[in-house]
Amino acid sequence: MKLTVWTYEGPPHVGALRVATGMEGLHYVLHAPQGDTYADLLFTMIERRGKRPPVTYTTFQARDLGADTATLFKDACLAAYERHKPEALIVGASCTAELIQDDPGGLAERLGLPVPVIALELPSYSRKELFGTDETFYQLTRHLAKPCDRTPEVSCNILGPVGLGFRHRDDVVEVTKLLAAMGIAVNAVAPMGSRPSDIARLGAAHFNVLLYPEHGEAAARWLEREHGQPFTKTVPIGAKATREFVAEVSQLASVAPQLDEADLRQPWWSASVDSTYLTGKRVFIFGDATHAMAAACVARDEMGFEVCGLGCYNREFARPLRALAKELGVSPLITDDYLEVERAIAEAAPEMILGTQMERHIGERLGIPCAVISSPVHVQDFPARHSPQMGVEGANVLFDTWVHPLVMGLEEHLLTMFREDFEFSDEAGPSHHGGAPAARAEGGQPPTPAAPPRHISGTSNDGEVLEVVWAAAAEKELRKIPFFVRNKARRNTERFAAERGVGEISVETLYEAKAHYAR
Amino acid sequence: MNDLSPTGCTNAPVLRERGQHEVFCGLTGIIWLHRKMQDAFFLVVGSRTCAHLLQSAAGVMIFAEPRFGTAILEEGDLAGLKDANDELDREVARLLDRRPDIKQLFLVGSCPSEVIKLDLARAAERLTDIHAPHVRVLNYSGSGIETTFTQGEDACLASMVPGLPATDAHNLLLVGALPDVVEDQARDLLDRIGLPQVSVLPAPRADGAPSVGPNTRYALLQPFLGDTSAALDRRGATRIDAPFPFGEEGTTLWLKAVAAAFGIAPEVVDRVTEAPRARARKAVAAAAETLSGKRITFLPDSQLELSLARFLTRECGMEAVEVGTPFLHGPIMAPELALLPGGARLSEGQDVDKQLDRVRADRPDITVCGLGLANPLEREGLTTKWAIELVFSPVHFYEQAGDLAGLFARPLRRKAILSGAPSLRCSSNMPGSGAEPRRVP
Repeated sequence: MKLTVWTYEGPPHVGALRVATGMEGLHYVLHAPQGDTYADLLFTMIERRGKRPPVTYTTFQARDLGADTATLFKDACLAAYERHKPEALIVGASCTAELIQDDPGGLAERLGLPVPVIALELPSYSRKELFGTDETFYQLTRHLAKPCDRTPEVSCNILGPVGLGFRHRDDVVEVTKLLAAMGIAVNAVAPMGSRPSDIARLGAAHFNVLLYPEHGEAAARWLEREHGQPFTKTVPIGAKATREFVAEVSQLASVAPQLDEADLRQPWWSASVDSTYLTGKRVFIFGDATHAMAAACVARDEMGFEVCGLGCYNREFARPLRALAKELGVSPLITDDYLEVERAIAEAAPEMILGTQMERHIGERLGIPCAVISSPVHVQDFPARHSPQMGVEGANVLFDTWVHPLVMGLEEHLLTMFREDFEFSDEAGPSHHGGAPAARAEGGQPPTPAAPPRHISGTSNDGEVLEVVWAAAAEKELRKIPFFVRNKARRNTERFAAERGVGEISVETLYEAKAHYAR
Repeated sequence: MNDLSPTGCTNAPVLRERGQHEVFCGLTGIIWLHRKMQDAFFLVVGSRTCAHLLQSAAGVMIFAEPRFGTAILEEGDLAGLKDANDELDREVARLLDRRPDIKQLFLVGSCPSEVIKLDLARAAERLTDIHAPHVRVLNYSGSGIETTFTQGEDACLASMVPGLPATDAHNLLLVGALPDVVEDQARDLLDRIGLPQVSVLPAPRADGAPSVGPNTRYALLQPFLGDTSAALDRRGATRIDAPFPFGEEGTTLWLKAVAAAFGIAPEVVDRVTEAPRARARKAVAAAAETLSGKRITFLPDSQLELSLARFLTRECGMEAVEVGTPFLHGPIMAPELALLPGGARLSEGQDVDKQLDRVRADRPDITVCGLGLANPLEREGLTTKWAIELVFSPVHFYEQAGDLAGLFARPLRRKAILSGAPSLRCSSNMPGSGAEPRRVP
């Protein structure tokens, strides 16, 4: 039993729903009580889908438990088949139905429906949403993909996009463009965008492009083994990764690498002098492993940020993330406990967070700007405009969306110079956001940060506990430091003082600490 | 208007359906209950699905650390119930240790906790013994196999009734969690009628819990409180039979029923409420311009459907096509049924696909439905109103009557704006197309 307030991942059957909702001609019969139908709103509200998800919930009630829930399931299956006439059916149980052990797979099979019926085993009490997407797509592939001849032209499948994915819709467009430039046709995009009959002919492609390992790795590995299709290992997020992806694809497809960089503005935008102020900005990165790792590479090597924290919530990908964290010299944070993430961010005191909607809230609470790079998503993560993360335009989008939350370069200096100006004061936050950075939560005003500590306890070198106090003049001087670095300055100075056994922080101590921590 | 004789839909047939229910479970009530009771914590004992529901149903995350959470059952908890109880005790101890401000803890049962027969009633007794007198531990079920959406609030309030202090006083108790601003308006109206001593269940804090006894008269503020009503009856209290305080008419009839129960004449209510009634009429009239003559269907959601249909038909000139409700409580809803004009199709329960077929055949001007259905219906060209907003927004009593009508008028007005005439001519912005000839220097 584990106390949870907010979760990064839903239960695994929600993962199956994300696969089914992305597809056409597939129907999901889910043995579940009535409340589980809330999952529909994820798709109709957050993603603004204009169709109900293709799922029938049996919605059994307490009175059915004593009677015959199995018959209820069979009736729901038959009714769903009659009404929707799908090409294939997936069946399974939600957490509650798993406990009553009706065996949806066996029941559905015995109905003798004239379409493939695929039973999903998604253990609700040990696995989570991303397992659900990956496992469901794998089962669909394993049951439906038939041996078939390769297409005469060079072609590939794009694997991994699902319903409710972070910018999956737009990534597919960008990656398709990259492939088209090399003369590579797309045989199928799956699961989102395909029908069961498309899954059946996945084997016709020459290789697979695996966009989202979280959702498609098991299927990609099975296709590699059973259908001899190699798959790409590079996720084309950022300019460098896009170039590497093109090189990798050209090898797999045996075609010449081609990348039209005419519209790739991000490298120059990053190199131009206006971006100098981005140098060494400390960013904390957290999300699903694929997006977090890609963001870390872009942040350090393409934006010139310093990565001061890196983590992911999906334990399945802990190993590669740990390796990358080691390379970056930070300790990896593998957790699905959002309070732990909040603590880690507060501790690291970054200048910006690249995270999920959860970290955006953490940022609002701590007064740290945040750009969203990964699921879990919010309605804002489904913009009307084309806004990919991958490929050429994706790299441009990353530059814009990551720079936007920060205080602009010259503005940073002006804030320092004219901090006494009653209108142009640092309390106002970045001018292009029209307000304090910590006042835009839809849940209303976030709680004000705790009052600055006047006393802190530190431990001097000889081990005794030491009270560190701010002299009034030093505290006044601290207030002259712009808001977005003030907390860091306070923290560093207090640590500096504590380590040296300085009991009272003077203006001198403040500037000695500044020199000590200067980069 | 004050005709309460059994007419309207009193004897109308009710279509009872059993099929896929597209509704929330009772856990959803925690979203508003935890804001109302400021020293209470709601601990759902359930699965990851429960936690995900609470996070998703609110639509936004209430960021200040919420006073609710989910103790997620894991594989080990399913193996042996003794271990699950130990785990629960440990999590509760940890929680109360971290939140010393908590005085009431609700253990909220879920579908999985009920299927594995985790006895939360006994757990609550055990934990009350451990944490008394500082914290009182209660339990209720918000599970989807037992409760639909607002029934969660009913179950929660019902669980509090046996522990309310006893009294022999002739007191008035209002029942239902309303936004503070509305509750204050209700108190003010009752005060002016001559009922200054009013208590409310739930109270904002544990130490303000109302007393109840054989001389207590209580008035429900929400139609979905059947179990709470039964629990109060068992304490000897008497329910004041009335329509619910939605709209000018509903509010006036409700106030008169409460007044009558305490021997206050209806003329007093008329006199005291003259100004707010006029305001409500004026505000409703503005929205009724849009609503009048329009046809409305309610899909089952919150049990507010009958009361709202009564308000919209009688005060806004709408026509009710189908009024669906998850559960129709006969005695409590009798005054509403009597007022609801005949001709509406009443339905209880749901078979969502069949019901949507009826909506497509009826083509009402507006359909009140859950969040999962709204956008799909809009895409089919059917205007909708999210039902959940009716539970989350202040809509009771006179001053909110206009807002309540406005909630239904806005989607219709929006549809009219977006779907055309009269629209501005975009081409008139071109230079040279204006009425004034350009001056040549």
